[in-house]
Amino acid sequence: MLGLGADRLRADMNRLLALLFHQGVLDEQFLQLQQLQDETSPNFVSDVVNIYFHESEKLLRNLRGLAQEREFSDYKKMGIHLNQLIGSSSSIGAKRLANICVAFRAASDQNNPTACLRALEILEHEYCYLKNKLHEFFQIEQQRVMAAGVRYPIQS
Amino acid sequence: MAFRMGNSSTKCSGSSKNCLATGNKFSVLVVDDDPVVQRIHRVFLNRFGFETQVVGNGKEAVDLYCSGASFHLVLMDMEMPVMDGPEATRELRGMEVSSMIVGMTSRDRDSEKQAFMAAGLDDCRVKPLTADIITSLLHQLNIKYQY
Repeated sequence: MLGLGADRLRADMNRLLALLFHQGVLDEQFLQLQQLQDETSPNFVSDVVNIYFHESEKLLRNLRGLAQEREFSDYKKMGIHLNQLIGSSSSIGAKRLANICVAFRAASDQNNPTACLRALEILEHEYCYLKNKLHEFFQIEQQRVMAAGVRYPIQS
Repeated sequence: MAFRMGNSSTKCSGSSKNCLATGNKFSVLVVDDDPVVQRIHRVFLNRFGFETQVVGNGKEAVDLYCSGASFHLVLMDMEMPVMDGPEATRELRGMEVSSMIVGMTSRDRDSEKQAFMAAGLDDCRVKPLTADIITSLLHQLNIKYQY
């Protein structure tokens, strides 16, 4: 019976990942990050993703602030924030969010405030979805690690 | 040609992949202001056996070279505060730095990549950094630095 809980949880993780790949939310870059995780850096992926969340929320706040300005005209600054979000999102494998940022950047390049606000709403929605799903993934992973660490008492 | 790192506490995993035919270890300077990219590039490159140092903008990269440090490879982000990638690249080439400088950008328009290349890059790639890109850069480094 040892390890069945961990095996079931691993299957849950794989199912969730498969779903996110199927939806286009994540791409192969996420798998490359997982391959960099080892015994010397066992929490590498979750650490990087947490940094990503922290930085992305700053960028999203900045974008919301710019987009809601009454006389908004600093499209260049908007483009800089979006480029950073594209770079970090693609670096962790958040493919769908990166693509949404590319579309947002196109609206920004056209100096279209209405399209920028709409793109921002889509981006914020996608970010919430991504964050929820990755949190779920890492929670299952934590449970799996704990389950794999369960030892049955040895009978003498 | 001697290469030496700037002041850094970076540890390297020492993978054999980096050595390839020459048996030499390559040094790389990552120039990027994004903490996510900094972390991923450092671990990724270390896994391929590079000795990696990371700075947050172009001026820090130029200052490192001015202090006497040098690297086989510089991975240069395009947009950074204080000094951006194109300006830092022009500065380094003006100092006759012969390191391989490769731009890493989120912009995929040819015109923007060409403008970055014109600053003096050896190559320009679109993020994210992947194992294939690192392998390709290693191949170029082994050709450039054949001993």
